[in-house]
Amino acid sequence: MEEREFSFGMSEEQRTMKETIARLMKGLVASNAHDMDEKKEIPPDYVQKVWELGATISVIPEEFGGYGMEYSPVMNAIILEELAYGDMALAIAATAPSMFLYPILEMGTDEQKKKYIPPYCDASFKACTMAINEPRFRFDPVALETKAVKKGSSYVINGTKCFVPLAGTAGHMLVAADLDGKSELFIVAAGNPGLKTGEREKNLGLYALETYTVTLENCEIPAADRLGGEKGCNFDSLLQKSRVALAAIGAGVSRASFEYARDYSKERVQFGEPIASRQAVAFMIAEMAYEVDAMRLMALKAASTVEAALDARRESYLAKVYAGDMTMKVTDYGVQVLGGHGYVRDHPVERFYRNGRGIAILEGMTTV
Amino acid sequence: MINLVISEKMKQIQTSMNGMAKGMLRPIARKYDANEHEYPKELDMFRSIKIMGGGKKKKKEGEEPKKEEKPGPKKLGTNLSTVISIEEMCWGDAGLLLSLPNAGLGNAAIAAVATDEQTERFGNKWAAMAITEPGSGSDSGSITATAVLDGNEWVLNGEKIFVTCADRCDVVVVWATVDKKAGKSGIKSFIVEKDRPGFKLEKLEHKLGIRASDTGTFVLDNCRIPKDNLLGSAEVKTATEGFKGVMKTFDNTRPMVASMALGIARAALDFTREKLEESGIKLDYNRNPNNISSLEKEFYVMEANLEAMRLLTWRAAWMADNQEHNNLEASMSKAKAGRYGTLITQKCCELLGPLGFTQEYLAEKWMRDSKIMDIFEGTGQIQHLIVARNVLEFSSKQLK
Repeated sequence: MEEREFSFGMSEEQRTMKETIARLMKGLVASNAHDMDEKKEIPPDYVQKVWELGATISVIPEEFGGYGMEYSPVMNAIILEELAYGDMALAIAATAPSMFLYPILEMGTDEQKKKYIPPYCDASFKACTMAINEPRFRFDPVALETKAVKKGSSYVINGTKCFVPLAGTAGHMLVAADLDGKSELFIVAAGNPGLKTGEREKNLGLYALETYTVTLENCEIPAADRLGGEKGCNFDSLLQKSRVALAAIGAGVSRASFEYARDYSKERVQFGEPIASRQAVAFMIAEMAYEVDAMRLMALKAASTVEAALDARRESYLAKVYAGDMTMKVTDYGVQVLGGHGYVRDHPVERFYRNGRGIAILEGMTTV
Repeated sequence: MINLVISEKMKQIQTSMNGMAKGMLRPIARKYDANEHEYPKELDMFRSIKIMGGGKKKKKEGEEPKKEEKPGPKKLGTNLSTVISIEEMCWGDAGLLLSLPNAGLGNAAIAAVATDEQTERFGNKWAAMAITEPGSGSDSGSITATAVLDGNEWVLNGEKIFVTCADRCDVVVVWATVDKKAGKSGIKSFIVEKDRPGFKLEKLEHKLGIRASDTGTFVLDNCRIPKDNLLGSAEVKTATEGFKGVMKTFDNTRPMVASMALGIARAALDFTREKLEESGIKLDYNRNPNNISSLEKEFYVMEANLEAMRLLTWRAAWMADNQEHNNLEASMSKAKAGRYGTLITQKCCELLGPLGFTQEYLAEKWMRDSKIMDIFEGTGQIQHLIVARNVLEFSSKQLK
């Protein structure tokens, strides 16, 4: 592969995409994100409108129903940041199908691709998702407690998963489970009698995003539905991509908090001048500014590494570790700059703070 | 198109510079930390090597710019290659890098604004930079050293402190005001040769770190220099354009200081990693950070911060190479790198325990060396002020 020039500059295409998404999100959620959060639901046509941008299916080959465009993790990171800047719940909901489709495209067998990808490459949004997190202390995606066991020509899965986005309506989900000490993915259909979708979860943040606990009780699936068939999948690759995605989302939600606090601090007058005229506040704004940029650059570096088909384990891990810490710091500052006004739900910084907590905790909610 | 995977060319620079740092700077790092003010004679071999900035390139008349041959190796800008080199050299030793002959801050100023005739006269001299005064630190607009034109000579008076390479340099770029009433716009820079009568090196400082680098105080007592030793234009403009021009040099030098912090912090991290691995701890970049020891987690967080420092620094340098205004990004890089370089080197000493407190290893030295990166070339607080003014779109009156 020919070496690409090292560059911090966006291409025309990247800039156009970023602007398109920013415009769409502004139109959709600028005045509605608060209501979505209060009502704990995302209007289906919002998800549909984001879906229509085609960010998810554009990179799927035409033979499986996509547009066959070049797959670019860097572009996806740009898109995710911009979506999350608009609203983190909508960003995850609208891109949830990528968690099901991309791993199949990358690591699935030919039959799996032919069978499972085309039905979701539709003009209208159809939910499919991934179940990776587990409701327990010391959860670790590389040491899962959900177990899969080979039994004849099928696999039997047992365990509990949480924070499964859109599980209530998803036609299929990829379930991460331990098979002989290694994390693997299994395609589970909604109607499987061993799959029970529980109550909708109530979480610290992302009120508008539907997430569920799902229980797998002797959930039996055909051996052909193990992702990648006999040889299994490259779980590492999935983790890397989802870590980059969460880092990009962290940059997005943090930027939203930063910009809101920045503007507020210029307008809020105390002691006869804007609070931003005081260094104690201004320095917080400065720190927020460069940490948002640092988070974005970390995500883009990791995405570039994935894009160059290099091992991005270190880059993606550090990007997520960084975004996990810094999203908390920036969104915390966001609330603090607004003081009491930041604590009440009239201002969005309290929502950014709650949502931001997810970056460090969640795994595999979306991908690049 | 955004691509942050380092190119082969960048890797080559890293490798060759790291080899130089490892072979020539590391082995003598402790020696010149212990023997402050002694000239590191081993550095003489660097006289012809340009590391801090590529120097001024003159276009030869009539020469056509070479057309790029097909794909070939991608071009790499001077600022980016410089910060990469500096990181590697400071991984070797920051004090020694600052002592490299003919690579002072004054050289950067000369390279930036000198006339062809001045480049001819001073281009090959070792030039230090004298801005700070006892009563004027971050507020460099308040300097009181004066320059008065007397016939064909400038007469300089004043005191300059914290001059890097004060003893070893050949010439000093001295900031002085030609018109106190004009404020910042009256400030000009002058090249003063060390042997001018009335120009005296008063003393050398004893410092917390970067002891290999000599820092001194100069007194100018009716020091006379030729009229054309003034760098740039003599005209006092009503606006502060001249001063801003000088401040603009900082947009190039701040990422360089940020990369110094980067190099030192990486040295400390590399050493800490070595000790972690020796004790059987393997960093796998995979397990949930909550399921590993706090030692490992601290390490990852530091490494992530190091990466963030580097990306902010490289971005500022890349922008300068691409003729993009980078005042904000340059200050961001130094604000982050200055502070976190300090924190990382402190933390490494803590994690290393006794190995981080003894002079048997360099970790304690890196903690001392790193601290200056959050101070010189604009303190961390000044950087935050610049970043805040930029993002708030506030003037210096609105945000003091």
